[in-house]
Amino acid sequence: MPDAILRVQDLTRLFRVGGFRTRGQLHAIDEVSFEVASGEIVALVGESGSGKSTIARVLAGLYPATSGSFVFEGKAMGRREVRASRGDMPMVFQDPFGSINPVLRVGHALLRSLKLHRPDIKRADRFAEAVALVEKVGLTPGEEVLRRYPHELSGGQRQRLGFAQALASRPSLILADEPVSMLDVSIRIGLLNVMKELRDNEGVSILYITHDLASARYVADRMIVLYAGRIAEEGLTTEVIGSPQHPYTRLLMSSAPDPHLAPTAFEGDDLGEPPKVINPGPGCRFAPRCPLAMDQCVVTTPPMVALSATHHAACYAVKP
Amino acid sequence: MSEPILQVRDLRVEYATPAGPAQAVGGVSFDLAKGEFLAIVGESGCGKSTLLFAVAQLLTYPGRLAGGEVLFDGVDFTTLKPEELRLHRWRDISVVMQSAMNALNPTLTIGAQLTDACKAHTEWSDEKIAQRSAEVLAMVAIDAVHLKSYPFQLSGGMRQRAMIAMALLLEPKLVIMDEPTSALDVVAQRSLMHQVETLRHQLGFAVIFVTHDMSVVSHYSDRLAVMYAGEIVELGPTRQVFDRPEHPYSQGLMEAFPSLLGESKQLTGIAGNPPSLVDPPEGCLFAPRCAYANDECRSVRPELIAYGNHQVRCHLVARTRKNDA
Repeated sequence: MPDAILRVQDLTRLFRVGGFRTRGQLHAIDEVSFEVASGEIVALVGESGSGKSTIARVLAGLYPATSGSFVFEGKAMGRREVRASRGDMPMVFQDPFGSINPVLRVGHALLRSLKLHRPDIKRADRFAEAVALVEKVGLTPGEEVLRRYPHELSGGQRQRLGFAQALASRPSLILADEPVSMLDVSIRIGLLNVMKELRDNEGVSILYITHDLASARYVADRMIVLYAGRIAEEGLTTEVIGSPQHPYTRLLMSSAPDPHLAPTAFEGDDLGEPPKVINPGPGCRFAPRCPLAMDQCVVTTPPMVALSATHHAACYAVKP
Repeated sequence: MSEPILQVRDLRVEYATPAGPAQAVGGVSFDLAKGEFLAIVGESGCGKSTLLFAVAQLLTYPGRLAGGEVLFDGVDFTTLKPEELRLHRWRDISVVMQSAMNALNPTLTIGAQLTDACKAHTEWSDEKIAQRSAEVLAMVAIDAVHLKSYPFQLSGGMRQRAMIAMALLLEPKLVIMDEPTSALDVVAQRSLMHQVETLRHQLGFAVIFVTHDMSVVSHYSDRLAVMYAGEIVELGPTRQVFDRPEHPYSQGLMEAFPSLLGESKQLTGIAGNPPSLVDPPEGCLFAPRCAYANDECRSVRPELIAYGNHQVRCHLVARTRKNDA
């Protein structure tokens, strides 16, 4: 991809866990590589503990990588660069009730971001810019919204505000960590539509982190499926949803209930037990649950197999 | 439908707030047949969990039962004293709470907690309790070694299954479940739903299952009730409600979540927010958000009207149905 704005190479983040005798390394993410092009929504899909939020947090500089690197807008991002560039890659968090200061008016944080990250805007013009920002995410009338307190906004409105704040620094990439999972069903879709509009109208890329395959399919151009800290499969949304190749992607797809369709038969007896990520052994992490596992799978980690120019899966059972 | 095991009649629950009483459940009525699986879906604040608490007589201040009856096998739970209710709890009705992590005691082993429940409600011997505990854990595919495990040693899915095992200890006739799957990943979620279904067929208990995510129950429940602002707005056979929702709110909900494998299309959701429960609008509670609302909707509160086995609370549906007839 020539116009990749974010290039992640072998990113690894380990956490030390346990006590004196039970010390271990938790492999939250393990040699993850991917790219995000400008103006696209990429969904990072995985279950709890798959490392999807860790990736966002490392990218945002909330904690450092153990090894590996990433290049953002052509700049290699070391620790110092990440600190200096806060705001270039803003993050929208999951909890719309915990991520906004409740004692300050809505406009405060927004004007603050503008002051810090947009020195080109004169003080007198900041308010007008803030109004434009909240209106871009569908909060109207903007002037009135800015004068309200956070408790006067519903969950959906707060999350829209989260995107407006992220937008304030005119980023080329927004990290959105489960932005809709705490919202009611009828409100979620509105926010997903906001993400699409930001991509189409503002040209901003979004790394959309979610456990919900159906919503990923709805907004994302490309999908990356994570399992136990590693990428299991990646490709265009149409490729991954249309012809999932990795056995884990297939398990996820068949497990997700789709009321729009007739029920699928319940095959297998997978109880959905989480994988071992503390001091994991060699080989594929999905092998203990995998119906297709072979001897080789528990010996070496399967490499990414290219199924098309854009579609890859890390599995020995997958044939190109 | 076979004879009902549970009849809820015009149940009303109020919460005391500084601004006056908020009507969280406003006149809910339904019957539940023996062994039936009823799903109740709705968004946060629609009163679905409050309704469950009222049925199980677990309301605490500031919640208050403001009227109505809960007839279980003909006995009105709302008139029973706590010690009389105790005879029905666990034996007749058991409850599976939303968060197993908060519902299980972190300082006791699973076995100790199962024993606790047996001791409180039966005269069983220690051997009988141990045997029954291992039996219910086996039903939910948990090995008996975990009788000695603490909750933190189990995965989220196992904890939630242990909760279900606990609810089934005394073979109740009705199991009430409050969002038992919402903290689980999709694979664990499907496995849990499948297990509940298998056990229900095996043991014949009825289920009331509350969730905000209707895709979870779409393939499991017999009937589906959609709640909005404390009222049931639509109730019918699950497939029928999914395939041909009649109430504008149910229609909006069905259009609000994307499909994984079906047609991919632009969706809109439902604009606006639920009404205040302290000072509800005069007419239909959904009218302020409804695209079809007219003057009648804004002034007269519609009734829940039955059309065969399908009930809908909407003036518009009532009128169309009348014209068609």
